[in-house]
Amino acid sequence: MKHRSNLQAVLEGAHFAVTAECGPPRGADSQALREKAQILKGCVDAVNVTDNQTAVVRLCSLASCAILKEMGLDPVLQMTTRDRNRIALQSDLLGASALGIRNVLCLSGDHVCFGSEPQAMGVFDLDSIQLLYAARTMRDQGKFIGGGALSDPPKLFLGAVENPFADPLGFRARRLAKKVAAGAQFIQTQCIYNLERFREWMKQVRDLGLDQKTHILAGLTPLKSARMARYMKEKVAGMDLPDAILERMEKVPASKQTQEGIKIALETIEALREIPGLRGIHIMAVEWEQVVPQLVADSGLLPRPSVDRGQ
Amino acid sequence: MITGTRKPMEEIRAMIAPFGRVLVAGCGTCVAECASGGEKEVALLASQLRMDAKLRKISLEVGEITLDRQCVYEFIDQLTPFLENYDAVLSLACGAGVQAVAEVFPQWVILPGLDTGFLGETREAGLWLENCRGCGECRLHLFAGVCPITRCAKRLFNGPCGGSRAGQCEVSPEVQCAWHLILERLERQGRMDCLEEIYPPCDWSRHQGRGPRKIQREDQRA
Ligand code: SF4
Ligand code: SF4
Repeated sequence: MKHRSNLQAVLEGAHFAVTAECGPPRGADSQALREKAQILKGCVDAVNVTDNQTAVVRLCSLASCAILKEMGLDPVLQMTTRDRNRIALQSDLLGASALGIRNVLCLSGDHVCFGSEPQAMGVFDLDSIQLLYAARTMRDQGKFIGGGALSDPPKLFLGAVENPFADPLGFRARRLAKKVAAGAQFIQTQCIYNLERFREWMKQVRDLGLDQKTHILAGLTPLKSARMARYMKEKVAGMDLPDAILERMEKVPASKQTQEGIKIALETIEALREIPGLRGIHIMAVEWEQVVPQLVADSGLLPRPSVDRGQ
Repeated sequence: MITGTRKPMEEIRAMIAPFGRVLVAGCGTCVAECASGGEKEVALLASQLRMDAKLRKISLEVGEITLDRQCVYEFIDQLTPFLENYDAVLSLACGAGVQAVAEVFPQWVILPGLDTGFLGETREAGLWLENCRGCGECRLHLFAGVCPITRCAKRLFNGPCGGSRAGQCEVSPEVQCAWHLILERLERQGRMDCLEEIYPPCDWSRHQGRGPRKIQREDQRA
């Protein structure tokens, strides 16, 4: 089995990476997942599979990644510490590697109170940084958190998320430094609407030399309508959507808003590509995967590079 | 202190329904401080129960007593002369008090009149805040005196999640984000370097998750 993931090879080959997100269905039928994945195939380097996103029960991320893998995509296993303790998490890391799933994104996860089972006990035995660190220790030192040796170290490419817009602002780049120190080889950010503030954050990141130590992918969520923009602005925690964007969406008639959203996304991609130190984009088109091929094609990012993944 | 809130009347009524003579027993320490189980609350609940019984034309005898503490044997013993006159004790102590009394008098029915809450502080009159989970290994020195195990909804040890808004927690907007407070305080103290450390996973085995904990000190034993 190839030791590097496609994503790792693309990033290490200094290509501008494109990843997208894919949410598993709320049921046991994999057909919907396969359809979404089919849309993404060939136009992105890797596909993130969310782990019971927003604390809503869905088809499990590991199984979904295995399905994507079998379809010839490079899955990114999202792993939250919300639902599983360190025994289950470490066991899943071994499982992922055994299935040839190389990319793991470590998250703490949305709180259970936002999801479909608000009565659940949130586990949070580890936090995202502790999970990153544990995964790295398993891979590089062949050791479990408990100290015991493992027989075959998992092969993993480790990632984390960062929200450049969350409070407290001045601390965000330093928090990223901590994630990098814990083992994050790639970073996918919260979706970006406020380019100015993102540029500022990237500058802080460069000043700390972090762009040299990790691959940063900028998050992107194309807006489908003015209503969605308003919702994102007002309801989604940690989101920074400037008034100018909202106004721009609201000014166009409803029938043209989707087009406007795509236009904004394309402009954003263009601007992002100019930012020094940025290594790619991560498109989170929630339940709108069909837009991804268009975005990638229209921004001139096709075809995706074919890379040597080693032995 | 340990906080508690009185159970709803409906629930209490259902609990005592099988009994004709009920002793309402308060506790003069923590739950008195949080105004849920002290002498005043005992008197109030007892008269409510009497009135309620009268309205519903039920025969119910209600007694009142408040111990200094219900979690210490010397005080629990004061119940001994009264118990004979009652079928059940409705305890307004925390869960530890209720259990201690039940342990001492295993033949009597001891009912919980409170829902026990948390370890907290009295912030102001009528406002109590949870700030310790009794994890058994206090690390407040690392977090500028703000406990992330208790006050961060995700129990994060290594910095804030991405969801806080204007200093408030994403989970309940009326609660301050623990990590926002920690960062603010560390900054003010010029101790931001505390944050660079990667704190390892908590060792719950030493403290929690193995059943009830025990402290035994030879120097305190007779
Ligand atoms: S770290 Fe928190 S939970 Fe543990 S003893 Fe200290 S205040 Fe209590
Ligand atoms: S907003 Fe703050 S307190 Fe709430 S879960 Fe996130 S880090 Fe913890």
